[in-house]
Amino acid sequence: MSLLKAEDIAVHFGGVKAVDGVSFEVDEGEVFAIIGPNGAGKSTIFNLISRIYTMTRGKITFDGTDITRLPSHKVAPLGIARTFQNIELFDHSTVLQNLLMGRHTHRSTNFVEDILFLPKVRREEREHRKRVEEVIEFLELEAYRGKMIAGLPYGVRKVVEIGRALAMGPKLILLDEPASGLSVEESQEVAFWIEDMRRDMGLTVLMVEHDMKLVSAVADRVLAVNNGRPLALGTPAEVQSDPHVQAAYLGTPEEDAA
Amino acid sequence: MRIAFKTSYDTDIDFHEHWNNRFWIIALVVVMALLPFIVSEYYLAEVANTLIFSLAGMGLMLLVGHTGQVSLGHAAFLAIGAYTDAALMNAGWPFLIAFPVAGLAAGLFGALIAIPAVRLSGIYLAIATLAVFVIVEEIIILAEPITGGVGGLFAPTIEIFGLSFDRYANLSNFYWLCLVIVVLVTLGYSNLMRSSTGRSFLAVRDSEVSARALGIDVTRTRALAFGLSCAVTGLAGALMGHFIGFFNYELFSIFISINLLLVVTIGGLGFIQGAFLGAILITAMPQIIAILRDGLNATAGIDLGSIPGLDTIIFSLILITFIIYEPAGLYGRWLKMRVWWEIFPLARRDMFRRQKSYLKTERQK
Repeated sequence: MSLLKAEDIAVHFGGVKAVDGVSFEVDEGEVFAIIGPNGAGKSTIFNLISRIYTMTRGKITFDGTDITRLPSHKVAPLGIARTFQNIELFDHSTVLQNLLMGRHTHRSTNFVEDILFLPKVRREEREHRKRVEEVIEFLELEAYRGKMIAGLPYGVRKVVEIGRALAMGPKLILLDEPASGLSVEESQEVAFWIEDMRRDMGLTVLMVEHDMKLVSAVADRVLAVNNGRPLALGTPAEVQSDPHVQAAYLGTPEEDAA
Repeated sequence: MRIAFKTSYDTDIDFHEHWNNRFWIIALVVVMALLPFIVSEYYLAEVANTLIFSLAGMGLMLLVGHTGQVSLGHAAFLAIGAYTDAALMNAGWPFLIAFPVAGLAAGLFGALIAIPAVRLSGIYLAIATLAVFVIVEEIIILAEPITGGVGGLFAPTIEIFGLSFDRYANLSNFYWLCLVIVVLVTLGYSNLMRSSTGRSFLAVRDSEVSARALGIDVTRTRALAFGLSCAVTGLAGALMGHFIGFFNYELFSIFISINLLLVVTIGGLGFIQGAFLGAILITAMPQIIAILRDGLNATAGIDLGSIPGLDTIIFSLILITFIIYEPAGLYGRWLKMRVWWEIFPLARRDMFRRQKSYLKTERQK
């Protein structure tokens, strides 16, 4: 059954067609990867799903709900969490606070109750804390719990951002280049985590990634895009051997000659 | 070095993870409560003034320090608080009702202003709030039947259950009243910051785009922060009115707005404690400069009092030095000193050097 369905989505910035007529379906429990050269429109597709950009054309449905016109803050409560390519953490807070912020969609108290810190608020805080602790254990962030984000190395920040998305307890997680800038060991770990997310947490994963090794290791299906247009869709092996994809990455002999 | 052994999630939820901190806070409140028996009336009035400034500082800290929005118009909300409280009490309302209503009025007005204003940010928001200030000032002058216009208004004596809290006749009572209000607001503020509402403020401050991705309604959160900030400032304004006794629109000048911004910046943006430290510095500094000047006159015979504006220059120089050399403010400095002491003698020279974060591109926005 398809959890996320994008039909003929397009976004044009003036004359630039960043995404132009892309359709795909992500099945429940699947790891789906989007690949493509720089500027192909991969991250733009993510920003369309999380409603940071508004589509020029097309329709996106998630779990039966049409999210094409939804305000951006109403996307998360449906169960869509995401990370950002350039890491968008809350720099002046601790790792723990960042992860707790990921629990925002599960709050049931209002600000008056919060100011009075009623017993109900404390109960909820404990529950949030427990969930966050599970994420900390899963991603092995114990050593960084009380550390400020601003002082953390890049690799750890990347993991904290995945943690913040997981703390939400989403159905679908969007990972925007989870392995970029990571060492070989670190991206190996990311591969294991993605596997575990799918197997143990029952998550559906949609990722944008350049590292083909990671993609081949974890993805069930791959969509290749270039210049905002879809090139190929299939298993990692099929897409890698597709002549259009190879041409997009390596150039064609005719182009070289010209 | 103290180490807190955490055996329960409550250790993280509680204000202090160590009994030691709790002890010092209680000790501080006790000393503050006993202050009327220790110091003379003159200094007690100064401390009451500092408390009122801390309260207003907390109001602005919530907005500037914790939500990342600048306001140059907070004098307007002080004024709304002061005038609402005084006008209601003149109409026969008891203080216990007029005071919260004054806070509520300032808060509601703030939230109302916020609905269009929160779409602006940075310098544009500062200018918009400045405009609000000018408008409120004009309204105060025009609404003469309520506000006394240019002439001004008497703040009636506060009476709670027959007990007088007059600022002159019963200064100790007035001081205790201020102290209780400040303690209550500080508690509420701290509670807010350790719950999900407070975290959503921090989220909006640090990264709007990920706040949205986490399901935080940025516009609503900012409007809420604006409203709460203005409410607390309104309460401070009401107390300020009672403290001054007789006031007109000139009390709430643009300079008060700027002073409040200085309180939060010098105190340390993003720390509740910073509002207090900043308020202490801002209210005490003119006094200290005056005392030093008189001392210099008496001992060395140098009369600096004859040079007009010298106090202001010294005051400004100290402030500028602070902003250049300690952007984390007084509280930031205190934290560094504490760490230095706790790990003594292991502190290294570059330990507190500010790190430059890698470039954050605008691509995602």
